[in-house]
Amino acid sequence: MNVNSKPVLEEPKTVFFAPISHPSPGSVGKTGTWRTHKPVVDLDKCTGCLICWLYCPEDTIIRLENDKVSIDYEYCKGCGICAHQCPFDAIQMVPEG
Amino acid sequence: MVVKTLTGNYAVAYAVKLARVNVVSAYPITPQTTIVEKLSEMIEKGELNARMIRVESEHSALAAVYGAASAGARAFTATSSHGLLYMHEVVWWAAGSRIPLVMAVVTRAIGPPWNIHVDHQDILDQRDSGWIIAVAQENQEVLDLTLQAFKISEDPRVYLPMMVGLDGFILSHTTAPVDIPDQELVDSWLPPRRQPYIIAPESEVVMGNIAPDEDHFMMRYSMAASMEAAKKVIEEVDKEYGEIFGRSYGGLVECYKCEDAEYFVVIMGSWAGDAKKAVDTLREQNIPVGVVRIRFVRPWPREKLLEILSGAKGVLVFDRAVSMGSTGILFSEVAQTLYPLNISLKGLVAGLAGVDVGPSRIEAEILKFIKQAEEGAIYTPTEWILPEKYAGRYPSSPKEVIAK
Repeated sequence: MNVNSKPVLEEPKTVFFAPISHPSPGSVGKTGTWRTHKPVVDLDKCTGCLICWLYCPEDTIIRLENDKVSIDYEYCKGCGICAHQCPFDAIQMVPEG
Repeated sequence: MVVKTLTGNYAVAYAVKLARVNVVSAYPITPQTTIVEKLSEMIEKGELNARMIRVESEHSALAAVYGAASAGARAFTATSSHGLLYMHEVVWWAAGSRIPLVMAVVTRAIGPPWNIHVDHQDILDQRDSGWIIAVAQENQEVLDLTLQAFKISEDPRVYLPMMVGLDGFILSHTTAPVDIPDQELVDSWLPPRRQPYIIAPESEVVMGNIAPDEDHFMMRYSMAASMEAAKKVIEEVDKEYGEIFGRSYGGLVECYKCEDAEYFVVIMGSWAGDAKKAVDTLREQNIPVGVVRIRFVRPWPREKLLEILSGAKGVLVFDRAVSMGSTGILFSEVAQTLYPLNISLKGLVAGLAGVDVGPSRIEAEILKFIKQAEEGAIYTPTEWILPEKYAGRYPSSPKEVIAK
Protein backbone atom coordinates (compact mmCIF):
# COMPACT_ATOMS: atom_id res chain seq x y z
CA MET A 1 0.00 0.00 0.00
CA ASN A 2 1.28 3.42 -0.85
CA VAL A 3 -0.76 5.30 1.75
CA ASN A 4 1.00 8.64 2.20
CA SER A 5 4.17 6.94 1.05
CA LYS A 6 7.23 9.11 0.64
CA PRO A 7 7.70 10.59 -2.81
CA VAL A 8 10.66 9.33 -4.77
CA LEU A 9 13.20 11.72 -6.20
CA GLU A 10 13.95 10.50 -9.67
CA GLU A 11 16.08 12.16 -12.31
CA PRO A 12 14.18 13.45 -15.35
CA LYS A 13 14.68 11.36 -18.48
CA THR A 14 14.63 14.22 -21.01
CA VAL A 15 16.70 17.37 -21.45
CA PHE A 16 15.80 19.08 -18.23
CA PHE A 17 16.02 22.66 -17.10
CA ALA A 18 13.94 23.49 -14.01
CA PRO A 19 13.51 26.88 -12.34
CA ILE A 20 15.23 25.75 -9.15
CA SER A 21 18.34 27.03 -7.46
CA HIS A 22 20.27 26.64 -4.25
CA PRO A 23 20.18 29.69 -2.01
CA SER A 24 23.46 31.56 -2.17
CA PRO A 25 24.40 35.22 -1.97
CA GLY A 26 23.92 37.16 -5.17
CA SER A 27 22.71 34.44 -7.52
CA VAL A 28 22.01 37.18 -10.10
CA GLY A 29 25.17 39.17 -9.50
CA LYS A 30 26.12 42.03 -7.20
CA THR A 31 22.85 43.87 -6.83
CA GLY A 32 24.57 46.74 -5.01
CA THR A 33 25.18 48.25 -8.45
CA TRP A 34 21.41 48.84 -8.78
CA ARG A 35 21.52 51.49 -6.01
CA THR A 36 20.87 55.20 -6.60
CA HIS A 37 20.85 56.05 -2.88
CA LYS A 38 22.76 54.28 -0.14
CA PRO A 39 21.77 53.89 3.50
CA VAL A 40 24.34 55.27 5.93
CA VAL A 41 24.11 54.25 9.60
CA ASP A 42 24.87 56.73 12.38
CA LEU A 43 26.17 54.35 15.05
CA ASP A 44 25.83 57.06 17.76
CA LYS A 45 22.07 57.16 17.18
CA CYS A 46 21.67 53.38 16.61
CA THR A 47 20.26 51.68 19.74
CA GLY A 48 20.53 48.11 18.50
CA CYS A 49 16.73 47.61 18.29
CA LEU A 50 17.25 45.62 15.04
CA ILE A 51 14.03 46.82 13.44
CA CYS A 52 15.93 47.61 10.21
CA TRP A 53 17.45 44.12 10.30
CA LEU A 54 13.96 42.61 10.52
CA TYR A 55 12.52 44.74 7.72
CA CYS A 56 15.36 44.54 5.18
CA PRO A 57 13.92 42.50 2.27
CA GLU A 58 17.37 41.55 0.98
CA ASP A 59 19.13 40.39 4.13
CA THR A 60 21.83 43.02 3.62
CA ILE A 61 21.82 44.48 7.14
CA ILE A 62 24.77 43.04 8.99
CA ARG A 63 24.15 42.41 12.68
CA LEU A 64 27.19 43.45 14.73
CA GLU A 65 28.19 41.90 18.05
CA ASN A 66 26.55 44.66 20.09
CA ASP A 67 23.37 44.34 17.95
CA LYS A 68 24.16 47.60 16.22
CA VAL A 69 24.19 47.33 12.43
CA SER A 70 26.18 47.97 9.30
CA ILE A 71 25.20 47.60 5.62
CA ASP A 72 26.38 45.02 3.09
CA TYR A 73 26.89 47.43 0.18
CA GLU A 74 27.73 44.65 -2.29
CA TYR A 75 24.10 43.51 -2.32
CA CYS A 76 22.04 46.36 -0.79
CA LYS A 77 19.76 47.63 -3.60
CA GLY A 78 19.10 50.94 -1.85
CA CYS A 79 15.34 50.54 -1.38
CA GLY A 80 15.39 52.70 1.74
CA ILE A 81 13.04 50.58 3.84
CA CYS A 82 15.59 50.47 6.69
CA ALA A 83 15.82 54.28 6.77
CA HIS A 84 12.03 54.55 6.66
CA GLN A 85 11.55 52.08 9.52
CA CYS A 86 14.32 53.26 11.89
CA PRO A 87 12.54 54.79 14.93
CA PHE A 88 15.72 56.70 15.93
CA ASP A 89 16.47 58.37 12.61
CA ALA A 90 19.83 56.61 12.63
CA ILE A 91 19.84 55.71 8.91
CA GLN A 92 20.08 58.36 6.19
CA MET A 93 19.72 57.74 2.44
CA VAL A 94 22.61 59.44 0.70
CA PRO A 95 22.78 59.85 -3.12
CA GLU A 96 25.36 57.59 -4.81
CA GLY A 97 28.32 58.96 -6.73
CA MET B 1 -14.16 -4.54 -9.70
CA VAL B 2 -17.45 -2.82 -8.99
CA VAL B 3 -19.82 -1.21 -11.47
CA LYS B 4 -21.59 1.87 -10.16
CA THR B 5 -23.85 4.41 -11.76
CA LEU B 6 -21.84 7.60 -11.55
CA THR B 7 -21.91 11.14 -12.81
CA GLY B 8 -18.75 12.29 -14.55
CA ASN B 9 -17.94 14.31 -11.44
CA TYR B 10 -18.13 11.26 -9.17
CA ALA B 11 -16.11 9.24 -11.68
CA VAL B 12 -13.30 11.78 -11.19
CA ALA B 13 -13.63 11.56 -7.41
CA TYR B 14 -13.40 7.75 -7.43
CA ALA B 15 -10.29 7.89 -9.60
CA VAL B 16 -8.65 10.40 -7.27
CA LYS B 17 -9.44 8.15 -4.32
CA LEU B 18 -7.95 5.14 -6.11
CA ALA B 19 -4.79 7.17 -6.77
CA ARG B 20 -4.47 7.69 -2.99
CA VAL B 21 -4.07 11.42 -3.28
CA ASN B 22 -2.58 13.15 -0.20
CA VAL B 23 -3.86 16.69 -0.67
CA VAL B 24 -7.00 18.15 -2.26
CA SER B 25 -7.65 21.86 -2.42
CA ALA B 26 -10.69 23.76 -3.64
CA TYR B 27 -12.67 26.93 -3.50
CA PRO B 28 -16.07 25.49 -2.62
CA ILE B 29 -18.45 27.92 -4.32
CA THR B 30 -19.60 28.01 -7.96
CA PRO B 31 -18.18 27.15 -10.52
CA GLN B 32 -16.93 24.32 -8.31
CA THR B 33 -18.61 20.98 -8.88
CA THR B 34 -19.55 17.87 -6.93
CA ILE B 35 -16.08 16.48 -7.68
CA VAL B 36 -14.57 18.06 -4.59
CA GLU B 37 -17.82 17.70 -2.67
CA LYS B 38 -17.54 13.92 -3.09
CA LEU B 39 -13.83 13.96 -2.24
CA SER B 40 -14.53 15.99 0.87
CA GLU B 41 -17.10 13.38 1.90
CA MET B 42 -14.61 10.55 1.29
CA ILE B 43 -12.00 12.31 3.41
CA GLU B 44 -14.52 13.04 6.16
CA LYS B 45 -15.61 9.40 6.27
CA GLY B 46 -11.99 8.26 6.46
CA GLU B 47 -12.20 6.44 3.12
CA LEU B 48 -9.46 8.64 1.72
CA ASN B 49 -6.47 9.51 3.86
CA ALA B 50 -5.91 13.04 2.57
CA ARG B 51 -5.93 16.61 3.69
CA MET B 52 -8.61 18.92 2.26
CA ILE B 53 -7.48 22.55 2.09
CA ARG B 54 -10.36 24.97 1.64
CA VAL B 55 -9.21 28.27 0.20
CA GLU B 56 -10.62 31.65 -0.76
CA SER B 57 -10.25 31.48 -4.56
CA GLU B 58 -9.33 29.20 -7.45
CA HIS B 59 -6.02 31.04 -7.79
CA SER B 60 -5.26 29.93 -4.23
CA ALA B 61 -6.68 26.44 -4.80
CA LEU B 62 -4.19 25.68 -7.54
CA ALA B 63 -1.43 27.48 -5.62
CA ALA B 64 -2.13 25.26 -2.59
CA VAL B 65 -1.91 21.97 -4.48
CA TYR B 66 1.08 23.26 -6.43
CA GLY B 67 2.83 23.96 -3.14
CA ALA B 68 1.84 20.59 -1.70
CA ALA B 69 3.00 18.81 -4.86
CA SER B 70 6.32 20.69 -4.79
CA ALA B 71 6.77 19.41 -1.24
CA GLY B 72 6.19 15.83 -2.37
CA ALA B 73 2.45 15.21 -2.04
CA ARG B 74 0.27 13.61 -4.68
CA ALA B 75 -2.19 16.47 -5.03
CA PHE B 76 -5.39 17.18 -6.91
CA THR B 77 -7.82 19.99 -7.58
CA ALA B 78 -10.81 20.51 -9.86
CA THR B 79 -12.41 23.52 -11.42
CA SER B 80 -14.47 24.81 -14.32
CA SER B 81 -14.93 27.80 -16.63
CA HIS B 82 -14.25 31.07 -14.78
CA GLY B 83 -12.53 29.23 -11.95
CA LEU B 84 -10.00 27.92 -14.44
CA LEU B 85 -9.46 31.36 -15.90
CA TYR B 86 -8.88 32.73 -12.43
CA MET B 87 -6.19 30.04 -11.98
CA HIS B 88 -4.48 30.92 -15.23
CA GLU B 89 -1.34 32.47 -13.71
CA VAL B 90 -0.72 29.47 -11.45
CA VAL B 91 -1.46 27.12 -14.36
CA TRP B 92 1.72 28.47 -15.98
CA TRP B 93 3.70 28.34 -12.74
CA ALA B 94 2.88 24.68 -12.13
CA ALA B 95 3.88 23.66 -15.65
CA GLY B 96 7.02 25.78 -15.77
CA SER B 97 8.11 24.34 -12.43
CA ARG B 98 7.84 20.81 -13.85
CA ILE B 99 5.75 19.67 -10.90
CA PRO B 100 3.55 16.61 -11.51
CA LEU B 101 -0.04 17.47 -10.63
CA VAL B 102 -3.52 16.48 -11.75
CA MET B 103 -6.56 18.72 -12.22
CA ALA B 104 -10.03 17.94 -13.52
CA VAL B 105 -11.72 20.58 -15.64
CA VAL B 106 -15.46 20.50 -16.17
CA THR B 107 -15.49 22.25 -19.53
CA ARG B 108 -17.97 25.08 -19.77
CA ALA B 109 -18.60 28.28 -21.67
CA ILE B 110 -16.95 31.51 -20.55
CA GLY B 111 -19.00 34.63 -19.80
CA PRO B 112 -20.29 37.10 -20.49
CA PRO B 113 -23.14 36.41 -20.62
CA TRP B 114 -23.19 33.85 -17.82
CA ASN B 115 -23.66 30.38 -19.14
CA ILE B 116 -23.26 27.03 -17.44
CA HIS B 117 -23.27 24.75 -20.47
CA VAL B 118 -20.57 22.91 -22.34
CA ASP B 119 -18.02 24.21 -24.75
CA HIS B 120 -14.23 23.96 -24.80
CA GLN B 121 -13.35 27.62 -24.56
CA ASP B 122 -12.12 27.34 -20.94
CA ILE B 123 -9.79 24.35 -21.27
CA LEU B 124 -8.38 25.45 -24.63
CA ASP B 125 -7.53 28.80 -23.08
CA GLN B 126 -4.83 26.82 -21.21
CA ARG B 127 -3.52 25.23 -24.40
CA ASP B 128 -0.12 26.92 -24.54
CA SER B 129 0.75 26.67 -20.83
CA GLY B 130 2.70 23.40 -20.82
CA TRP B 131 0.04 21.20 -19.22
CA ILE B 132 -0.84 17.90 -20.77
CA ILE B 133 -4.47 18.33 -21.78
CA ALA B 134 -6.87 15.44 -22.36
CA VAL B 135 -10.63 15.48 -22.96
CA ALA B 136 -12.90 12.49 -22.37
CA GLN B 137 -15.94 11.33 -24.29
CA GLU B 138 -17.87 9.51 -21.59
CA ASN B 139 -17.87 8.82 -17.84
CA GLN B 140 -15.90 5.57 -17.87
CA GLU B 141 -13.16 7.31 -19.80
CA VAL B 142 -13.28 10.18 -17.28
CA LEU B 143 -12.34 7.75 -14.50
CA ASP B 144 -9.71 5.96 -16.57
CA LEU B 145 -8.10 9.18 -17.83
CA THR B 146 -7.98 10.72 -14.36
CA LEU B 147 -6.25 7.64 -12.99
CA GLN B 148 -3.85 7.53 -15.93
CA ALA B 149 -3.11 11.23 -15.49
CA PHE B 150 -1.17 10.53 -12.28
CA LYS B 151 1.02 7.97 -14.00
CA ILE B 152 1.63 10.14 -17.07
CA SER B 153 2.33 13.32 -15.13
CA GLU B 154 4.71 11.62 -12.67
CA ASP B 155 6.69 9.81 -15.36
CA PRO B 156 10.33 11.04 -15.34
CA ARG B 157 10.17 11.42 -19.12
CA VAL B 158 7.29 13.85 -18.66
CA TYR B 159 7.23 15.71 -15.31
CA LEU B 160 4.47 18.03 -16.46
CA PRO B 161 1.05 18.58 -14.86
CA MET B 162 -2.02 17.18 -16.56
CA MET B 163 -5.61 18.33 -16.82
CA VAL B 164 -8.50 16.04 -17.64
CA GLY B 165 -11.49 17.67 -19.33
CA LEU B 166 -15.04 16.41 -19.05
CA ASP B 167 -17.92 18.15 -20.77
CA GLY B 168 -20.03 20.27 -18.45
CA PHE B 169 -23.43 18.77 -17.61
CA ILE B 170 -23.38 16.29 -20.50
CA LEU B 171 -20.81 14.24 -18.57
CA SER B 172 -20.33 16.04 -15.28
CA HIS B 173 -23.95 15.84 -14.14
CA THR B 174 -25.23 12.86 -16.10
CA THR B 175 -25.00 9.33 -14.73
CA ALA B 176 -23.72 6.29 -16.57
CA PRO B 177 -22.47 2.86 -15.47
CA VAL B 178 -18.79 3.11 -14.52
CA ASP B 179 -16.51 0.21 -13.74
CA ILE B 180 -14.39 1.08 -10.70
CA PRO B 181 -11.12 -0.89 -10.66
CA ASP B 182 -9.95 -2.76 -7.54
CA GLN B 183 -7.73 -0.77 -5.20
CA GLU B 184 -5.13 -3.58 -5.00
CA LEU B 185 -4.82 -3.64 -8.78
CA VAL B 186 -4.41 0.14 -8.92
CA ASP B 187 -1.80 -0.01 -6.14
CA SER B 188 0.24 -2.57 -8.06
CA TRP B 189 0.02 -0.53 -11.27
CA LEU B 190 0.53 3.04 -10.04
CA PRO B 191 4.02 3.51 -8.56
CA PRO B 192 4.71 5.80 -5.58
CA ARG B 193 4.88 9.45 -6.56
CA ARG B 194 8.01 10.49 -8.43
CA GLN B 195 9.16 14.05 -8.98
CA PRO B 196 12.32 15.86 -10.08
CA TYR B 197 12.95 17.83 -6.87
CA ILE B 198 11.31 18.45 -3.52
CA ILE B 199 10.87 21.83 -1.91
CA ALA B 200 11.13 21.32 1.84
CA PRO B 201 12.93 23.14 4.66
CA GLU B 202 15.71 20.52 4.69
CA SER B 203 16.09 20.27 0.92
CA GLU B 204 17.82 23.65 0.47
CA VAL B 205 16.26 24.13 -2.94
CA VAL B 206 14.37 27.24 -3.92
CA MET B 207 12.07 27.53 -6.89
CA GLY B 208 11.14 30.42 -9.14
CA ASN B 209 14.20 32.58 -8.59
CA ILE B 210 15.15 35.05 -11.29
CA ALA B 211 17.30 33.26 -13.87
CA PRO B 212 19.48 34.27 -16.79
CA ASP B 213 17.46 34.79 -20.01
CA GLU B 214 19.27 31.91 -21.70
CA ASP B 215 18.24 29.53 -18.90
CA HIS B 216 14.63 30.67 -19.11
CA PHE B 217 14.79 29.98 -22.83
CA MET B 218 16.16 26.48 -22.21
CA MET B 219 13.39 25.74 -19.69
CA ARG B 220 10.88 26.29 -22.48
CA TYR B 221 12.97 24.06 -24.74
CA SER B 222 13.04 21.30 -22.13
CA MET B 223 9.25 21.51 -21.70
CA ALA B 224 8.86 21.11 -25.45
CA ALA B 225 11.13 18.04 -25.36
CA SER B 226 9.11 16.53 -22.52
CA MET B 227 5.86 17.15 -24.42
CA GLU B 228 7.31 15.17 -27.32
CA ALA B 229 8.37 12.39 -24.94
CA ALA B 230 4.89 12.42 -23.37
CA LYS B 231 3.39 11.20 -26.65
CA LYS B 232 5.12 7.85 -26.18
CA VAL B 233 4.31 7.70 -22.47
CA ILE B 234 0.60 8.32 -23.14
CA GLU B 235 0.49 5.49 -25.70
CA GLU B 236 2.33 3.16 -23.30
CA VAL B 237 0.06 3.95 -20.36
CA ASP B 238 -3.07 3.51 -22.50
CA LYS B 239 -1.80 0.11 -23.66
CA GLU B 240 -0.75 -1.25 -20.27
CA TYR B 241 -3.97 0.08 -18.71
CA GLY B 242 -5.85 -1.94 -21.30
CA GLU B 243 -3.90 -5.07 -20.44
CA ILE B 244 -4.52 -4.70 -16.71
CA PHE B 245 -7.94 -3.06 -16.51
CA GLY B 246 -9.42 -4.12 -19.83
CA ARG B 247 -9.91 -0.70 -21.41
CA SER B 248 -7.74 1.04 -24.02
CA TYR B 249 -8.82 4.05 -26.00
CA GLY B 250 -6.19 4.42 -28.69
CA GLY B 251 -3.82 6.74 -26.83
CA LEU B 252 -3.58 10.25 -28.22
CA VAL B 253 -6.52 9.82 -30.58
CA GLU B 254 -9.36 7.37 -30.92
CA CYS B 255 -10.17 6.12 -34.39
CA TYR B 256 -13.71 5.06 -35.20
CA LYS B 257 -14.36 3.24 -38.46
CA CYS B 258 -11.19 4.77 -39.88
CA GLU B 259 -9.73 1.72 -41.66
CA ASP B 260 -11.32 2.13 -45.07
CA ALA B 261 -12.58 5.69 -44.63
CA GLU B 262 -12.04 8.34 -47.30
CA TYR B 263 -13.58 11.19 -45.37
CA PHE B 264 -13.00 11.96 -41.71
CA VAL B 265 -14.64 13.94 -38.96
CA VAL B 266 -12.21 15.35 -36.38
CA ILE B 267 -13.94 16.11 -33.10
CA MET B 268 -13.28 16.17 -29.33
CA GLY B 269 -15.37 15.57 -26.22
CA SER B 270 -18.81 14.10 -25.61
CA TRP B 271 -20.32 15.07 -28.96
CA ALA B 272 -17.87 12.66 -30.59
CA GLY B 273 -20.56 10.14 -29.59
CA ASP B 274 -23.03 12.00 -31.81
CA ALA B 275 -20.49 12.01 -34.63
CA LYS B 276 -20.05 8.24 -34.29
CA LYS B 277 -23.80 7.78 -34.48
CA ALA B 278 -23.91 9.92 -37.63
CA VAL B 279 -21.11 7.84 -39.12
CA ASP B 280 -22.98 4.61 -38.30
CA THR B 281 -25.96 5.86 -40.29
CA LEU B 282 -23.79 6.96 -43.21
CA ARG B 283 -21.93 3.65 -43.21
CA GLU B 284 -25.27 1.87 -43.70
CA GLN B 285 -25.47 3.84 -46.96
CA ASN B 286 -21.90 2.72 -47.83
CA ILE B 287 -20.45 6.18 -47.39
CA PRO B 288 -16.79 5.70 -46.37
CA VAL B 289 -16.50 8.05 -43.41
CA GLY B 290 -14.78 7.72 -40.02
CA VAL B 291 -14.31 9.67 -36.80
CA VAL B 292 -10.98 10.76 -35.39
CA ARG B 293 -11.59 11.75 -31.81
CA ILE B 294 -8.91 13.98 -30.33
CA ARG B 295 -8.21 12.68 -26.81
CA PHE B 296 -5.10 14.73 -26.17
CA VAL B 297 -4.86 18.35 -27.33
CA ARG B 298 -1.44 18.62 -25.70
CA PRO B 299 0.81 17.08 -26.70
CA TRP B 300 -0.80 17.49 -30.11
CA PRO B 301 -0.92 14.11 -31.96
CA ARG B 302 0.71 15.43 -35.13
CA GLU B 303 2.44 12.23 -36.27
CA LYS B 304 -0.55 10.05 -35.52
CA LEU B 305 -2.97 12.33 -37.39
CA LEU B 306 -0.68 12.45 -40.40
CA GLU B 307 -0.53 8.67 -40.37
CA ILE B 308 -4.31 8.24 -40.12
CA LEU B 309 -5.26 11.03 -42.51
CA SER B 310 -2.55 10.66 -45.16
CA GLY B 311 -4.87 8.78 -47.53
CA ALA B 312 -7.94 10.92 -46.84
CA LYS B 313 -9.92 12.77 -49.48
CA GLY B 314 -11.25 15.27 -46.97
CA VAL B 315 -11.29 16.21 -43.30
CA LEU B 316 -14.15 18.00 -41.56
CA VAL B 317 -13.29 19.54 -38.18
CA PHE B 318 -15.94 20.27 -35.54
CA ASP B 319 -14.93 22.92 -33.04
CA ARG B 320 -16.55 23.74 -29.75
CA ALA B 321 -14.17 26.66 -29.17
CA VAL B 322 -13.11 29.51 -31.39
CA SER B 323 -10.08 31.77 -31.46
CA MET B 324 -11.73 35.15 -32.02
CA GLY B 325 -10.47 36.75 -35.21
CA SER B 326 -9.27 33.40 -36.53
CA THR B 327 -10.84 29.95 -36.77
CA GLY B 328 -11.98 27.14 -34.54
CA ILE B 329 -9.06 26.10 -32.33
CA LEU B 330 -8.93 22.45 -33.37
CA PHE B 331 -9.22 23.52 -37.00
CA SER B 332 -6.04 25.59 -36.84
CA GLU B 333 -4.25 22.66 -35.19
CA VAL B 334 -5.48 20.20 -37.80
CA ALA B 335 -4.74 22.56 -40.69
CA GLN B 336 -1.11 23.08 -39.66
CA THR B 337 -0.75 19.32 -39.24
CA LEU B 338 -2.19 18.45 -42.64
CA TYR B 339 -0.26 21.15 -44.49
CA PRO B 340 1.89 18.55 -46.31
CA LEU B 341 -1.26 16.84 -47.67
CA ASN B 342 -3.34 18.17 -50.53
CA ILE B 343 -6.84 17.32 -49.34
CA SER B 344 -10.18 19.04 -48.77
CA LEU B 345 -10.43 20.70 -45.41
CA LYS B 346 -13.29 22.44 -43.67
CA GLY B 347 -13.80 23.83 -40.17
CA LEU B 348 -17.15 24.15 -38.45
CA VAL B 349 -17.68 26.15 -35.28
CA ALA B 350 -20.72 24.79 -33.46
CA GLY B 351 -22.20 23.87 -30.12
CA LEU B 352 -20.88 26.91 -28.25
CA ALA B 353 -22.57 27.48 -24.89
CA GLY B 354 -24.02 23.98 -25.06
CA VAL B 355 -26.17 24.66 -28.15
CA ASP B 356 -27.20 21.16 -29.18
CA VAL B 357 -25.82 19.62 -32.35
CA GLY B 358 -27.21 16.13 -32.73
CA PRO B 359 -26.25 13.19 -34.96
CA SER B 360 -28.65 14.18 -37.74
CA ARG B 361 -27.11 17.64 -38.05
CA ILE B 362 -23.60 16.19 -38.07
CA GLU B 363 -24.73 13.68 -40.69
CA ALA B 364 -26.10 16.48 -42.90
CA GLU B 365 -22.87 18.47 -42.56
CA ILE B 366 -20.78 15.44 -43.51
CA LEU B 367 -22.89 14.84 -46.62
CA LYS B 368 -22.65 18.50 -47.59
CA PHE B 369 -18.89 18.45 -47.13
CA ILE B 370 -18.44 15.29 -49.19
CA LYS B 371 -20.53 16.78 -52.00
CA GLN B 372 -18.44 19.99 -51.99
CA ALA B 373 -15.17 18.04 -51.91
CA GLU B 374 -16.20 15.70 -54.71
CA GLU B 375 -16.84 18.72 -56.91
CA GLY B 376 -13.24 19.87 -56.38
CA ALA B 377 -10.84 20.24 -53.46
CA ILE B 378 -12.06 22.84 -50.98
CA TYR B 379 -10.42 24.78 -48.19
CA THR B 380 -13.00 26.40 -45.89
CA PRO B 381 -11.37 27.40 -42.61
CA THR B 382 -14.44 28.62 -40.81
CA GLU B 383 -18.16 28.22 -41.07
CA TRP B 384 -20.57 28.42 -38.16
CA ILE B 385 -23.49 26.11 -37.54
CA LEU B 386 -25.92 28.69 -36.21
CA PRO B 387 -28.55 27.74 -33.63
CA GLU B 388 -31.88 26.79 -35.21
CA LYS B 389 -33.43 29.94 -33.78
CA TYR B 390 -31.11 32.11 -35.91
CA ALA B 391 -30.28 29.85 -38.88
CA GLY B 392 -31.25 31.36 -42.21
CA ARG B 393 -31.26 34.89 -40.84
CA TYR B 394 -27.48 35.19 -40.84
CA PRO B 395 -24.77 33.84 -43.15
CA SER B 396 -22.89 30.78 -41.86
CA SER B 397 -19.56 32.49 -42.46
CA PRO B 398 -18.98 35.57 -40.27
CA LYS B 399 -16.87 36.93 -43.13
CA GLU B 400 -19.97 37.35 -45.28
CA VAL B 401 -21.63 39.61 -42.75
CA ILE B 402 -19.32 42.46 -43.65
CA ALA B 403 -19.47 41.64 -47.37
CA LYS B 404 -23.20 42.36 -47.29
